[in-house]
Amino acid sequence: MSPVWYAARTGVRRGLTELRQTFTTGQDVFGYVLWTVLLMVPLFLVRDDPLKGAGISAGAFMLPSMVGMTLAFTGMMTTAQLLATEREDGTLLRAKAVPHGMVGHLVGKIVMVSGTALVSMALPFAVGVFLVDGVARQGGGALLTLVWVVPLGLLATLPIGAVIGSLVDSPRTIGLLMLPVMGLVVISGIYFPLSKLPEWLQTIGQVFPVYWLGLGLRAALLPGEAVAAEVGASWRHLETAGVLGAWAVAGLLLAPSVLRRMARRESGATMAERRRKAMQRVG
Amino acid sequence: MTTADVLPGAGSGPPPDGDTVIDVRDLRMRYRGQDVLKGVDFTARRGEVVVLLGPNGAGKTTTIEILEGFRVRSAGDVTVLDTDPARGNERWRARLGIVLQSWRDHGKWRVRELLAHLGSYYAPYSTPLVRRPWDVDELLAAVGLTGHADKRVGTLSGGQRRRLDVAVGIVGRPELLFLDEPTAGLDPEARSEFHSLVRGLADENTTVLLTTHDLAEAERLADRILILAGGRIVADGSARELSRRASAEATVRWTRDGRPFEETTAEPTRFVRRLFEEHGEAIGGLEVRRASLEDTYLTMVRELEAGGAVGERAAHSFRGEAR
Repeated sequence: MSPVWYAARTGVRRGLTELRQTFTTGQDVFGYVLWTVLLMVPLFLVRDDPLKGAGISAGAFMLPSMVGMTLAFTGMMTTAQLLATEREDGTLLRAKAVPHGMVGHLVGKIVMVSGTALVSMALPFAVGVFLVDGVARQGGGALLTLVWVVPLGLLATLPIGAVIGSLVDSPRTIGLLMLPVMGLVVISGIYFPLSKLPEWLQTIGQVFPVYWLGLGLRAALLPGEAVAAEVGASWRHLETAGVLGAWAVAGLLLAPSVLRRMARRESGATMAERRRKAMQRVG
Repeated sequence: MTTADVLPGAGSGPPPDGDTVIDVRDLRMRYRGQDVLKGVDFTARRGEVVVLLGPNGAGKTTTIEILEGFRVRSAGDVTVLDTDPARGNERWRARLGIVLQSWRDHGKWRVRELLAHLGSYYAPYSTPLVRRPWDVDELLAAVGLTGHADKRVGTLSGGQRRRLDVAVGIVGRPELLFLDEPTAGLDPEARSEFHSLVRGLADENTTVLLTTHDLAEAERLADRILILAGGRIVADGSARELSRRASAEATVRWTRDGRPFEETTAEPTRFVRRLFEEHGEAIGGLEVRRASLEDTYLTMVRELEAGGAVGERAAHSFRGEAR
């Protein structure tokens, strides 16, 4: 086995180890639970409000949408956050110091973020199905949609997260990025159908993966007649695959060179400088 | 800590095509419009412990990072393990050990878990002569972390953390080990254990290049000391050679009939012989003291800092003698 493949396999083990660590670390577990609670509160409030003309409740519309949003959030923001943090604390420099350590690190991160995303989606879903009616009752074919939407969603969002994490200068910048991301959620048809927005906002919303992940998850989990609430009264599978695929291709083309450039610039001196700045903020 | 018996074959790599492990000639580094390194020259041989001293900002870390392949130099010829570090591949990297100045990475990992993980990257580079990686239990014992093997890294004390950094640096059984201020934050006992560990590695033919601000440590560990100041190596030699060069005079102290005396002389041996010839049994408490490494270091750095041309000349004269 070539050393690169060996490092990749080591990276898979690294990812699994980090998953076990995050799910046994109190602070992290609290984060997953808090996220679930934050999603469940609005869901609970509108669980019985009917969604006009779609034959489902507003709650039923929101649940799969929020699960899709969770996927997009974790893929982009968690990846970016972890990468920025690990640059600052020296994890990346350590990876750079061992043979093919960066390969292992990257593979590990993909495994770790994917696992985190799946769990972060499963938690609100598991609670939500007991709160609202009409979600995930149609089985078979519709559920098959999940099998391609979820992996494609990870492929579309993880590389973007990696690019963001490589470009920002500190983990705290990621916090600032949350504001525009919140705005993006509003125009992505997560909490109410996109058709309620002015047309130009609908157009902007449909550029980003958040909308399409919400749509994909609704297509998989909502009854057929709920399609009436969607743009063009269609689940638009082809467009979903197209837009997510385009983001995936763009991200995968861009991420390696951005990551390489970032890794090349990592050195003990740059880390010491960041450490000095971070200490100043603390002190 | 008996390192000799836990270090079978550490660092004894493939047969050397020469004895020179590091060869640096006229290394220059220009960074943000400033010349940090203005022509650094030095070499290190297999199994040698070379200590790099110098004031803060002298460019010690920059030099080490160029040798590690982490930074690209502005000019000069650098060869590390027969390779230009700027073009070193992963096979080359597997032969290096790097101890970074870390602070809080891998906080959620357990000590044993992290060493096993980072060690596993070296497995494809194992040879019958050098078994890589280092067995985790042996490694934990060698750095004195056996009792903390199952602790999370984030809960270690500063000193334990530093031991772990050293363990990570040597887990791949490197032929060449870089240590950037390895003993910062270690208590005297841990420091002494670390010194035995480094000597043990050197005895097994590992070449070690380390920076420190502790001159006593440099004196104890170094086969050779380099002083980097003003962007150049201004002194190169063993601690004793450097001391002798910095000051030809020694201080002789003695007591005669219980009264203390002190005399500075360029020829202490002759002086002492005469002392005994004259006073014989009356002499007691004899002490001959050459300038310590600390005196030498401070003298050199002060002369350099005292100013441009004079300092430069001093640098050249020290170098001239060193060669």
